Amino acid sequence: METIIFYILSIVILVFSALTVTTKKILRAAVYLLFVLGATAGIYFMFNYNFLAAVQLTVYAGGIVVLIIFSILLTHQINANLDKINIKKITLGIISSGLGIFLVLTTLNNFQFVASNNQAIDSSIHGIGRALLSYSDNGYILPFEVISVLLLAAMIGAIVIAKKEKA
Amino acid sequence: MIEGVNIYYILTMSTIMFFIGSYGFLTRKNLITMLMSIELILNAVNINFVAFNKYLYPENMQGHFFSMFIIGIAAAEAAVAIAIIINIYRNIQNIDVENIDQMKY
Repeated sequence: METIIFYILSIVILVFSALTVTTKKILRAAVYLLFVLGATAGIYFMFNYNFLAAVQLTVYAGGIVVLIIFSILLTHQINANLDKINIKKITLGIISSGLGIFLVLTTLNNFQFVASNNQAIDSSIHGIGRALLSYSDNGYILPFEVISVLLLAAMIGAIVIAKKEKA
Repeated sequence: MIEGVNIYYILTMSTIMFFIGSYGFLTRKNLITMLMSIELILNAVNINFVAFNKYLYPENMQGHFFSMFIIGIAAAEAAVAIAIIINIYRNIQNIDVENIDQMKY
């Protein structure tokens, strides 16, 4: 059962990510990206990382895709087509990314991963909150504080950059 | 780990997704679609982190937290990038990369 669900999610991810980078209409590309991110959240649910899946759905699918769609609406006609890409660029892109896939997959299949049988750690929201705010060995208080400063800086920067200049 | 799903399947899937993203980054001209390709790449990396965490070191949660921080940084990056894109559009009415060859200020 889980294998079938995993295959369905993988096919959704691969097909829609290919459509995202090849479709002619830019708004459709954003919607296909939304499907990819949703299917990724499904994979996190299969790993039993519920909090990560919820973060993926709210921040990525809810936040970033909406931001991208808004910027598309501000900068394009809704049904505008993207320019044609010349065939040389497409072949070069296919060759380089195909070469990359080939290299990584051969390396991957020659490497022996030993799956661990240790007891999985408690990944409930309670444990995650404790780990994020503890400064013992398995605590993440330092990156948590750093990322809060980074988010504040990004927010101020976005406002300053996008602000209309006074005439 | 997920019953009946090998770690190689997950890594293969995320590898293909990563290089689809890099293909889009190489071929697209529009800034917003390039940003979408970057999101695809970041997402593939996130899947990798979570898969390694769950299959190889289930007693720790480093991969889980790393993915969470990557999601946060991706959100910040998208916000700043879209602010820059809108500002460029306001100045030159176009957001294709080949037209952005001057640093005006």
